[in-house]
Amino acid sequence: MEGMQNMSRRNFVKVFGLASGGLIIGCQFSSEKKIVRIDDGTTFTPNLFVQLKKDGKLILVCSRSEMGQGIRTSLTSAIADEMEADWNYVSVEQATGDKKFGNQNTDGSRSVRTILDPMRKMGATAKAMLISAAAKKWQVSESDCTAEMHYVINKNNNKKLFFGDLVEDTMQIEIPKDVTLKDKKDFKYIGKTLKSIDIKDFTHGSAIYGLDARLPNMKFATIARCPSAFGTVKSFDKTNTLKVAGVESVVELEQVKKPFGMFGGVAVIATNTWAAIQGRNNLDITWNNGKNGKYDSKKYKQKITNRLHNKAKVVPPTTGNVNTAFSKASQIVEATYQLPHLAHAPMETPNALAWVHDGKCEVWAPLQDPQTARADTAAYLGIDLKDVTINVTFLGGGFGRKSKPDFVNEAVALSKKINAPVQVVWTREDDVQNSYYHATSAQYLKASLDKNGTVTGWLHRTAFPSINSTFMPKVDYAAGWEIGQGMNNNPFEIENTRFENAKAEAYVRIGWLRSVCAIFHSFGINSFIDELADKAQKDPLQFKLDLIGKDKIREENSPHPLNTKRLKNVINIAAKKANWGRNLPEGHGLGIAFYYSFYSYVATVVEVSVINNKVKLHNIWTVLDCGMILNKDNVLNQMQGAAVFGTSIALHGKITAKDGAIEQSNFHDYKMARMNDIPPIDVTLVESDEAPTGVGEPGVPPVAPAITNAIFNATGKRYRSLPLSDHGLV
Amino acid sequence: MKTLTINGKNHNIEAQGDMPLLWAIRDIIGLTGTKYGCGISQCGACSILIDGEVVRSCSLPVSYGIGKQITTIEGKTDNLEILRKAWEEINVPQCGYCQSGQLMAATSLLNNNPNPTDQDIDKAMSGNICRCGTYPRIRKAIHTAVKLKNK
Repeated sequence: MEGMQNMSRRNFVKVFGLASGGLIIGCQFSSEKKIVRIDDGTTFTPNLFVQLKKDGKLILVCSRSEMGQGIRTSLTSAIADEMEADWNYVSVEQATGDKKFGNQNTDGSRSVRTILDPMRKMGATAKAMLISAAAKKWQVSESDCTAEMHYVINKNNNKKLFFGDLVEDTMQIEIPKDVTLKDKKDFKYIGKTLKSIDIKDFTHGSAIYGLDARLPNMKFATIARCPSAFGTVKSFDKTNTLKVAGVESVVELEQVKKPFGMFGGVAVIATNTWAAIQGRNNLDITWNNGKNGKYDSKKYKQKITNRLHNKAKVVPPTTGNVNTAFSKASQIVEATYQLPHLAHAPMETPNALAWVHDGKCEVWAPLQDPQTARADTAAYLGIDLKDVTINVTFLGGGFGRKSKPDFVNEAVALSKKINAPVQVVWTREDDVQNSYYHATSAQYLKASLDKNGTVTGWLHRTAFPSINSTFMPKVDYAAGWEIGQGMNNNPFEIENTRFENAKAEAYVRIGWLRSVCAIFHSFGINSFIDELADKAQKDPLQFKLDLIGKDKIREENSPHPLNTKRLKNVINIAAKKANWGRNLPEGHGLGIAFYYSFYSYVATVVEVSVINNKVKLHNIWTVLDCGMILNKDNVLNQMQGAAVFGTSIALHGKITAKDGAIEQSNFHDYKMARMNDIPPIDVTLVESDEAPTGVGEPGVPPVAPAITNAIFNATGKRYRSLPLSDHGLV
Repeated sequence: MKTLTINGKNHNIEAQGDMPLLWAIRDIIGLTGTKYGCGISQCGACSILIDGEVVRSCSLPVSYGIGKQITTIEGKTDNLEILRKAWEEINVPQCGYCQSGQLMAATSLLNNNPNPTDQDIDKAMSGNICRCGTYPRIRKAIHTAVKLKNK
């Protein structure tokens, strides 16, 4: 998914000068290797992160977007820890979308993984400079001084100088060439629990999300978009719309044919959101449905499944010869798994407020990738990047949807057309019906078992429309990074393996959704190995551990190569926590699944009961090894949330299309797990000194197969497609 | 001109009587703590209290709110304050967006049932979706609030 980055080669810190009576320290770092993820293309450039004021107030800048993962608290706490700052003086400022802050794209579970060290060094540099300033003042050596809780202390006589009082002295201090980071045992915030710095805003309704952005005389807009992807307006009648009180005008929007370009459609401009919604209901539009107007996702799923059973393209690596293994097998097992499209459905729908005036543009929006929004806005308006300001609000959930800023394009275009600030509001129906969908998928797996029940051959075929189809024409096969999300690099020790990918063209916009291709590959693999264990007449836990085999570190060009010892460790802990192998009440079953994704290791055990053909979850145990932990409670919260997200996928998650249009529209038919669906969730975090790896996404992939494996354990029935509501179990 | 009493303050507004309270509160009165999530009473993000009982403001017209006591997340009641403390102690929110509605629903629950069981909580709170999945923490925080209150 992304290239290697070498932290140690970065040039580091630079003082940018006194601003409003404070010291501002930024860092300048450049990366030797570009991030190669397709939606990026930026490199690290000068940054500003630390502002210390004379009254001691410490403003720390968060360059990544807050969407519930707690990043505003965790990243800044690393700066504060190394700086020996008192957290009570800290406030967090959200960076605007600007290359000077380095890569800001908040997805791929990578924020802590990629910028924890630079953030720590920033704090350590600030501390070193404060110590130097104090030492100079006291005319002692720096080694006679230490810093603690916002003070520099003279170790000889215990005299103290307040950080705020050192601001001006610090300006005379040279930037240290190198700084030492703290030892783990001295951490004050890192690895501990810090509550969200924004908690009071969340409990008082004062956190400003995109939908809460307000400007004087702003307008509100809704847009009617074609039901089928990339369809266009043929004609429309606005007579009844203009009769709605509060509606001011109706504007046609063109389609922008580029990545994250807007669909276009008919926009209703009004003085409030309700009028814009009512006005849109009254539009009479005839659409050109276009090439996707016949999309039928049910038939499509069958089509790609048929292809899987016939012909597919081999993708590396191939080991041994599966055909030979199959011909010598004592048993052959094969199975096909099918999963539907999904939509992100963040609680806050996509939206953006834009104001284009005097050759400039300012945007307020919930964005995971504000730099792309900035570049796209500048390109759309034909103005300089410097004339575009992107303010990143709180995100009411993101899950990948808000890294695709088509909604900013819409607001910018409308503001320019009507010459006023305008907020484009997506209704829930828009969000469900005009999204970038998680790919529907089909997988065919075939394996041979020898007489001892050992797996000797493994064939895995996958088919799903690629995310790359959203960015490039004529993409009919999966991208390498998509296949690489656990499919052709599974952790098993099998002599003969072959991986194949069948053709799957896209008829809707395909986009990444929390955990991406790991969702369906985990479902296929974890279900299949459970089936194999059953055919081999072995306990699923031991069978799976044996399949992973001996301890090894997979050799690959990765900053965090897979270590099977760590994988087996999380599996063993989860099994122990669930008391695997115990006698269960009538109708109950335990299921286990595990997955290595975003460089982290997760195992999940679920206890279910199936009574009168209805499934009920009783317990979820989940174990994560993500290396070094930055904020413990944050990580726990993410893992609990991932269990709920995965449960939604298993029980309810389904988006279907007919005649090009999405059949679901809102939470009554695109359902989410609710409190009464969710059992106690027990999370174990593995203590580790390894480099930090992903947290936001890795918890999701094992959940759904752990549930279906548990159902098999309870009933002997195997469900090879989701959601379970399709099978009458919910 | 219509008058809505929100958090003890009167607001005179120009709005059609059939406009849902949600949009009057957010777009006309300017209190944005009450959130839009679905518009059809399915998610609970827009929950407010009317005379102490939780309702979905996306599906009740402005005319329904006239002459009644409306409480939003910007308001203050004894149970809401204690729940806030519990929410902060348990560090409930992730993205925070649905939490206004969750707190309103929880306030209504405690208004009617000072000592709810897990089952009572599930029943009262299952109309509120949290896509981040903070349900186990919400459950815990409601119990914590009861403990804080009984202290």
